[in-house]
Amino acid sequence: MRTATVLTLVSLALLAIPLVAPAYYVTLMLPFMAYGVVLLGLNLLFGYTGLVSFGHALFIGIGAYTGAVLTSRFGVRQMELILPAAALAAAVVAAPVGALCVRYVKIYFGMLTLAFGMVFYTFLLKFYKLTGGDEGMRMLRPSLLGSEWAGFSKTAYLVGPYYYFSLAVLVLATLLMWRIVRSPFGLCLKTIRENQVKAESLGVSVPLYRWYAFMVSAVYAAVGGALLATPTGNVDPTLAYWTHSGNIVFMVLLGGFSSFFGPLLGAFVFIFLQDTVMSVFPYWRLIFGAVLAFIVIFAPGGLMGLFARPRPVEVSRG
Amino acid sequence: MILEARGVRKLYGAYVALDGVSLSIREGEFVSIIGPNGAGKSTLINVLTGMLAPSAGSVRFKGKDIGGIGMVALTRLGMARSFQLVQIFPELTVLESLQAAVISRLGGGARIFASLAGDGRIRADALEVATLFNLADKAHVLTRELPQGDKKLLDVASAFALRPEIILLDEPTSGVSTADKHAVMEILVGAAKRIGLRAIIQVEHDMDIVFGYSDRIIALHQGKVLADATPAQIEADAQVMDMVVGRRHTPHPNAPHPNAPHP
Repeated sequence: MRTATVLTLVSLALLAIPLVAPAYYVTLMLPFMAYGVVLLGLNLLFGYTGLVSFGHALFIGIGAYTGAVLTSRFGVRQMELILPAAALAAAVVAAPVGALCVRYVKIYFGMLTLAFGMVFYTFLLKFYKLTGGDEGMRMLRPSLLGSEWAGFSKTAYLVGPYYYFSLAVLVLATLLMWRIVRSPFGLCLKTIRENQVKAESLGVSVPLYRWYAFMVSAVYAAVGGALLATPTGNVDPTLAYWTHSGNIVFMVLLGGFSSFFGPLLGAFVFIFLQDTVMSVFPYWRLIFGAVLAFIVIFAPGGLMGLFARPRPVEVSRG
Repeated sequence: MILEARGVRKLYGAYVALDGVSLSIREGEFVSIIGPNGAGKSTLINVLTGMLAPSAGSVRFKGKDIGGIGMVALTRLGMARSFQLVQIFPELTVLESLQAAVISRLGGGARIFASLAGDGRIRADALEVATLFNLADKAHVLTRELPQGDKKLLDVASAFALRPEIILLDEPTSGVSTADKHAVMEILVGAAKRIGLRAIIQVEHDMDIVFGYSDRIIALHQGKVLADATPAQIEADAQVMDMVVGRRHTPHPNAPHPNAPHP
């Protein structure tokens, strides 16, 4: 019941924010919602399946570049087409990449995802004609629900229609993920996280289920990536750089990976903390590094772990 | 003949773990594999469950060669196993652990948007197995919070939840207090009847259990089958008793009579 109350209050707040908050803070909510979608997917892999990807920015990049290429090269402006296209592009790339990565666990899985992320980053950087190289590409304002929102200034568009569109995508992504983690499939993923040998002895095909989880998380990351590109208006290779992958892992840890809503809280706190710290102190990574160290050592359950009973985190897991 | 091994050799480098093991398991049998440490029992179990491919020889389950095909494929064929060192899902509940096995048996684990809570069949099936193993009142307990004996039971119960035709139990009563061992075996044999198991193979050190429940005992020594006979015949064989059992066996007062009826 407490969860239901909190969710209702949060939903009302999310609906009301554009009406009451200054435009600047409303625009900060946009990356929060985009990252929220990314992290729901990442945590299916991390929190539920027990695999830490250090290359997931690859799929954010694919989503963002899909949006940029479609809007600025092909004149496709409908967000309702861009999001499925981003999901499809991510699935096409994730299918072979995932098939290779899921054969490995722990650090080897992490390093292999990192390696693929770096390959894609270099591709974006070097294939200038297709990707615009280090300058990247423009992501033109997409149409929403069939309207160009032509009368809206850039800010009015972002804090109005685009905000609510992003919110709708986030809510839909959350509901779907809520179903996924409570499905027979979700239970199979948890058995893999908990005990791979036992899972296999019960007939759970570990590599196959890991691959499914990888695919779902890649699709989520690409949808989030496409959402992320619009407020920036420009996409560039740093979206796929490994530090970006590190940031999203940090967000998950910050919020708490053992909780369904932990990653969303992590994204929210990360975005607003980064904004606050950057405005007063140029070395924001110094602060964030300290925060990360503090969390890992003293609050392994993340911020959610401070509210809820945390799942004990083992220093090494078999 | 349900399960048959012929001339199985397993080498680890130059070390010969199994040296020409042949055995066969027939319908309705409860077979115990015994032997001192290093005799090759664990290797044999791993070869029989398709986890290890034999270096030479063959293993056939229901006539199909299963050498090294892996546990996942073998569960589909109808074989399940439990482990010597208890294997559980620490952060899942008892019910969830059993549900995982039921999902695996029924198929459809890839239905990503289906509701697990809304699936009455998976739940009923899991609860039925929980009841057979006296775990029903602990259905919603996290398995890491179970006492050791219940963890062991759950490990075995989840293998039973696959409703296999044959089950391999690697020391089903290790880590269980002496007082509880027979109770565990009674639960196990009762569940086997209910589920309609065609055969049980166990590796066991406790000779009361071995002699009390087996139709047949296979004694391994240095990777070879030293004896393959009924408990009564093994007891009469001074050499085997000496080399494998290590002492003259005196039946436990509470143990059922050897060759007592079982599945």
